[in-house]
Amino acid sequence: MTAMGIQRGLNLPNTLVSLRGLKVSFGRGASAVQVLHGINLDVYAGESLGMVGESGCGKSVTWLAALGLLGSQAQVQGEFSLAGQRFDGLNDKALAAIRGRRIAMIFQDPASALNPVQRIGRQLTEAISLHKGLHGESARLQAVRLLDQVHIPNAAQRLQAYPHELSGGMNQRVMIAMALAGDPELLIADEPTTALDATVQAQILELLGEVRRDQGMAMVLISHDLSVIAQECARVMVMYAGRAVEVATTDELFRSARHPYTQGLLASVPDVGAPQKRLIAIPGQVPEAGRLPAGCSFGPRCELAQIICTLNHPALLPVAEGHKVACFVNSP
Amino acid sequence: MTRFLAIRFLRGLLTLFLVLSFAFVILRSTGDPAMLIMSADAPPEALEAFRKGWGLDAPLWQQYLGYFKNLLEGNFGYSMRDKSPAMELVLARIPATLSLAVPAFILKLVIGISAGVFAALHRNSWIDRLLISLSIAGYTMPSFVLGLVLVLVFAVNLGWLPSGGDTTWQHAILPIVTLSLGGAAVLARFTRSAMLEVMGQPYIRTASAKGLVWRRVVLDHAMPNAAIPTLTLIGFMVGSLIAGAVVVESVFSWPGVGRLLVTSVANRDLAVVQSLLLLVATTMVTANLLVDALYGWIDPRVRSGQEARGKAL
Amino acid sequence: MTPLLQVQNLAKHYAVRIPDGLSRRKATLRAVDRISFCLSAGQTLGLVGESGCGKTTTARLVLGLMSATQGQVLFEGQSVAATRDATWRALRQRMQMVYQNPLGALDRRLPVITQVLEPLRIHDRGDPHEHMEQAQALMASLGLAKSLWWRYPHELSGGQRQRVVLSRALILKPSLLVCDEPVSALDVSIQAQVINLLQDVQELMGVAYLFISHDLKVVRQVSDQVAVMYLGQIVEQAPPEQLFSEPLHPYSQALVSAIPSLWNRQQKTKIVLQGEPPNPLSLQSGCVFQQRCPYAEARCREQSPMLTPLSSERQVACHMLAQKPSDQNAVVESCS
Repeated sequence: MTAMGIQRGLNLPNTLVSLRGLKVSFGRGASAVQVLHGINLDVYAGESLGMVGESGCGKSVTWLAALGLLGSQAQVQGEFSLAGQRFDGLNDKALAAIRGRRIAMIFQDPASALNPVQRIGRQLTEAISLHKGLHGESARLQAVRLLDQVHIPNAAQRLQAYPHELSGGMNQRVMIAMALAGDPELLIADEPTTALDATVQAQILELLGEVRRDQGMAMVLISHDLSVIAQECARVMVMYAGRAVEVATTDELFRSARHPYTQGLLASVPDVGAPQKRLIAIPGQVPEAGRLPAGCSFGPRCELAQIICTLNHPALLPVAEGHKVACFVNSP
Repeated sequence: MTRFLAIRFLRGLLTLFLVLSFAFVILRSTGDPAMLIMSADAPPEALEAFRKGWGLDAPLWQQYLGYFKNLLEGNFGYSMRDKSPAMELVLARIPATLSLAVPAFILKLVIGISAGVFAALHRNSWIDRLLISLSIAGYTMPSFVLGLVLVLVFAVNLGWLPSGGDTTWQHAILPIVTLSLGGAAVLARFTRSAMLEVMGQPYIRTASAKGLVWRRVVLDHAMPNAAIPTLTLIGFMVGSLIAGAVVVESVFSWPGVGRLLVTSVANRDLAVVQSLLLLVATTMVTANLLVDALYGWIDPRVRSGQEARGKAL
Repeated sequence: MTPLLQVQNLAKHYAVRIPDGLSRRKATLRAVDRISFCLSAGQTLGLVGESGCGKTTTARLVLGLMSATQGQVLFEGQSVAATRDATWRALRQRMQMVYQNPLGALDRRLPVITQVLEPLRIHDRGDPHEHMEQAQALMASLGLAKSLWWRYPHELSGGQRQRVVLSRALILKPSLLVCDEPVSALDVSIQAQVINLLQDVQELMGVAYLFISHDLKVVRQVSDQVAVMYLGQIVEQAPPEQLFSEPLHPYSQALVSAIPSLWNRQQKTKIVLQGEPPNPLSLQSGCVFQQRCPYAEARCREQSPMLTPLSSERQVACHMLAQKPSDQNAVVESCS
């Protein structure tokens, strides 16, 4: 393993998923809008990676694009590999073999993410039959087992319930159970707790951590809430306007964030553990995808901006072991 | 659920009652059956005798009560033209109408739903746009215009198909096609919207993310949900199976219920018209009732969702 | 000095009929059940709780948008009733509301400055020239650039819209602003801007806030006092530092424990509540929290605990905690 190899994130033995040069645009021709500008990302087996950023940063689009879930209006480019094998450019049928079975995804607002006219038992057994080849009674038993694993009481009766008969927290557990049906190697959780109450959020986050450890799965947790990421993830990627601006271990990030945006985010979150003080807000707002400023996208809002920041995009470069930043000013 | 249906049933009966009453009054307010059935230059005494014989000289309220009393005894009245029992006359025509209406209905469903689903799945493509334009043309064109155009093209100019009457099965083709195209157009448009609405829902994405191939997602998750609103429309179409053929039957001289309705209204053959209306209204009301019941069966949110209703204290 | 806002034994009940097999059972939904609190001029009371706890209903009762089943709301010493008469309309100038969804709160068809001017026109204070000057001055001081004044709501960002909503609410210089989840729909960096703005406005104009949110971190930031609600009742009331460093009520403890702290990431013992926030329809006698409370005993199932003062600044509704000596005059003190 050469230094270059580490830097380029070549398929090292424990790299599970690797995304290189991921670019996504919506629409065609003159009215096309580019929302992702070349994302490079590695997920290692069994780790928990957080992806954080505000609206429009592209954190969800990244994975929807990789899994081919964006629909025909999107143009997706890039090289993606799963355990060493490429999966970009595959047709729907081939991608379907990966979805759920090797990479599973759960979404925000579980009430609307489940089919309202099908019982949850049926939605569960559908996944079980698809991935495990079980049918009938054995599928049903497996469904009960999965519901137990996510701590839903009275699992056998619950199979008959419809999504609208269950609360938000229960529905999210069902989603997680469905995602586990195929024994995936990677679980992408897209804002799984955003639509839930505070006490239920805590339950679900705890469940996700437990499930990840029990299954030995890797997990990518996407959230706009830094504190959620801080709690559950060992590594974090911060995104802004379709680019990755900082990647580091969580400890490192909170101790010594280098990118001005990350620093700004940390300063704008009211922190309960610290004494009450005035928040330091980042001025301005996130630019629209089609109307990015010249040079660094964060430039106009950045205190440290220099001339060079209006000319070029900074590349994501290492500043320390396992810590990369995309900034002209705050990097070596 | 039973309570729900019971109320609907009672409402249905009320609707029937109102329809019959309304028709009763309107029919007797204009036109004189005597003059229409016997010719206009019959002697006045004959006309008087006719009216007396059919009880048309009694006050309106008396006729009204008499009619409903007879109805409850199962007496639907007699045709003033040939004195045969009105309901028998009507029922005799039903097979003819159904032989048009049922194939047309099936055709409507097949063409309409497939076109709608196909358009939704290929949204904004040229074929979607073509289908939308065709469906707009289809439901804005009045059915008699469509019928006459088809007659002109296929019967007169090309001579492939007969223009009227009901002797062979080839006679049925044009009327069936005319009947089905308008409904297919509406159904296509509606199905397309319902599908598009459903396809935009988060659970479709979940189904894909689960690893289902696209065909499965559409068939197992999208279509059942899109079927729910579409069902109301289909129920309505079932309800109007019998009555909807009136215009087409006239254009193609098809001896069905619709033709009978037209002629008996023109003649003020009261009992026949009333029996026809009773039949049509009953079909409509029953179809609606079935749709309501079906809704509750298909959409679990409706079923368990007779939730708590409250008022402020 | 009388407090600006006084709420006494306020309750809002609904008579409901729950389907029970084929028939319907009668029950009472207690959306808000005997709450009391007060708010002094220029201060902020944070009302925090999860969905279904009754905080939005409380807001509407305070504003007189809904009539109360029991209890009363006293604003500037006068009773607030839900009658839509002249007194009620005059009250609109003194109390206003800010909502969660700024796009929904604004009219799509009117430029934003027109909407800020509208309250002045309705209450007819001064001439149009003065109105325009006031509106422009206010919008500028709230951080809205001139170029935005004639735009339509959908042309502005979330943060800008919320500033417009604030301007409209503040133009009549009310003494009370009820904020119902004002920053929940905004991005984190914009939330910080709006929170700072709210605090600046309070200092400048002396407005009192009734700040409603499910987000404890935000509530802690802006409040002078925090009241925790559960199923229509206030279970604890305390100044934010005390509440967050030492929550007393078991529910407050769970809520506070559920907030992941950015700077304090060692695995502190998390209190994760079992079960779901219960259905407000299926209430039994006794404490509202008994089903999820780790300390529930027989007493809790029989009798509902009262909100008892534990010190001059804290009140808790819990049988266990009421053992501590209480200060009988504390309630009155914290109100004035």
